[in-house]
Amino acid sequence: MSESIIEESILSRPTYGTLKIVPGLAHYFLADASGAECVIRVVQELPRDMMEKVHILYVPTPGEAALITSLYAVGAKRFEHFPTIEEAVAKLGDWLSDAKMGTQLYLAGTEGLVGQGVAKGEECGLDHTAVQCEHRGSLARRVQCVHCKTMIEDVTTQPVKCPSCELLLFVRDHYSRRLAAFQGVCINAEDPTEEIEIKEVFK
Amino acid sequence: MSASDHLIPVVVSNVVEVNPIIKRFEFKHVNGDELPAFSGGAHIVVEMLDDGTKRKNPYSLMSSPFERDQYAISVRRDDTGRGGSKFMHEQVRPGMEMKISAPVNLFSLDLRAKKHLMIAGGIGITPFIAQMAQADKLGVPFELHYAARSVSQAAYMDSLADRFGDHVSCYCDDQGEGVDFETLLSSQPLGTHVYVCGPKGMIERVVETATHLGWPAAHVHFEHFLAPPVGEPFEVHLAKAGIDITVGAEQSLLEAVEASGTPINCMCRGGACGQCETAVVACDGEIMHNDHWLDEEQRASKQLIMPCVSRFRGKRLELDL
Ligand SMILES: Cc1cc2nc3c(=O)[nH]c(=O)nc-3n(C[C@H](O)[C@H](O)[C@H](O)COP(=O)(O)OP(=O)(O)OC[C@H]3O[C@@H](n4cnc5c(N)ncnc54)[C@H](O)[C@@H]3O)c2cc1C
Ligand code: FES
Repeated sequence: MSESIIEESILSRPTYGTLKIVPGLAHYFLADASGAECVIRVVQELPRDMMEKVHILYVPTPGEAALITSLYAVGAKRFEHFPTIEEAVAKLGDWLSDAKMGTQLYLAGTEGLVGQGVAKGEECGLDHTAVQCEHRGSLARRVQCVHCKTMIEDVTTQPVKCPSCELLLFVRDHYSRRLAAFQGVCINAEDPTEEIEIKEVFK
Repeated sequence: MSASDHLIPVVVSNVVEVNPIIKRFEFKHVNGDELPAFSGGAHIVVEMLDDGTKRKNPYSLMSSPFERDQYAISVRRDDTGRGGSKFMHEQVRPGMEMKISAPVNLFSLDLRAKKHLMIAGGIGITPFIAQMAQADKLGVPFELHYAARSVSQAAYMDSLADRFGDHVSCYCDDQGEGVDFETLLSSQPLGTHVYVCGPKGMIERVVETATHLGWPAAHVHFEHFLAPPVGEPFEVHLAKAGIDITVGAEQSLLEAVEASGTPINCMCRGGACGQCETAVVACDGEIMHNDHWLDEEQRASKQLIMPCVSRFRGKRLELDL
């Protein structure tokens, strides 16, 4: 999967870097299928004795097994995989609740996974400088409908229809770090009958 | 403007000999007024009129931030110094009137911390005494690791251990004890902030160990009880004032500028706060940067100097003052 280019926008729109191991007491990784290769890339370069400090959480795409095997094979101290981002992030919270200062967190994959990982790290007391993110895969956004507060996953279109309140939402670049979601605001509030073309833009 | 422009008139309400090298001084406002509020880690600048010489030394407040009717400081006697601490030890008596600056804090607790880890060496204990009173009242977990050369020099060790119990661990060099920084800094829960005040070597070891273990810089705090270093006398031209001044061997550049009556900002007088930062107009020679404020690039540029602690050697130094 190719590295993604995210155009510069407003300040709250997250930007991402490239994972790089920094000194640390322990190294925690959270990735989905699109970010798995980033984890393998950086972990493979570590000396054997450092694997004692490596902990990996993974969210595979359903039915896929090859990357699970590759990640398992790197020989981390702990490796677990979960069917959903929510479960993996909850596990990350469990792990971090016992973690010590010096812990580094590395997140790789889609924006939804990265955003939720960042929010969990912050909640557990990790300084933002101890969290690295690499964005991979789809630019699909996690969007919160600002009207009914429904979270809409994997949004690829502009605008998008809220599955709950059925308003047509304009997906803003305005991103909430706390919610790990972009804000979706009604696009045709003045005239709900106005027809607006729905285009696939977050690919 | 500087903190010392607004001096507070105080009366020495008590002087206590804590041990052979450390004395505690307590101050009350001359009118009995409440003294300004402060938070743990703050220091005041004490003005000393020593037989025609005016000295100004910073001292950390060790009294509780919740008690505003008096301040307390503890001063370690330094016989090799220029005399400020000796003056405090030998001349200052209860009932004497003195002037102090309002408190300034360059070493405050980060209130977002889930835990405060405090490491003190020797007289570096003073700011922590106030910080512990604060953390204790706020109910935030804290831990003090206090190292001293010998049992007899370990000021307040027993009383702190009594007051804060398990929160306090003590180490005395003469008992063969020492803090194992690697182990200590490897076992702190996420969200901990570490604070260190003590000898230079101790601060360096804590900062290096924490960095090496992956502690974010924003979680590591330190304070040097830096005194202005002495050196060779040197000449300085003050461009705005249009005068030449001489900085004596035992005088700091800041003190010499002040003595000339030229206005200059300052706060900590210890190279930490950045207030005295001064632009260099011309420099033909070498600036001895002794501060903790400028970064490597700024130092190399020779365009800035911190007059409270830094000195000069060379042909000509011209400052924007
Ligand atoms: C923020 C801050 C907080 C502080 N808090 C405290 C505190 O709570 N308690 C405390 O005791 N101190 C504290 N200090 C240190 C204090 O301000 C003084 O530096 C200290 O009391 C020594 O003062 P002095 O005038 O006796 O000596 P200084 O002249 O300041 O000299 C100190 C050192 O400079 C060197 N030196 C000076 N003159 C000479 C010379 N002629 N020849 C050779 N070497 C020389 C010596 O190494 C000497 O030990 C603090 C400093 C700072 C910056
Ligand atoms: S007075 Fe604070 S750095 Fe000089």
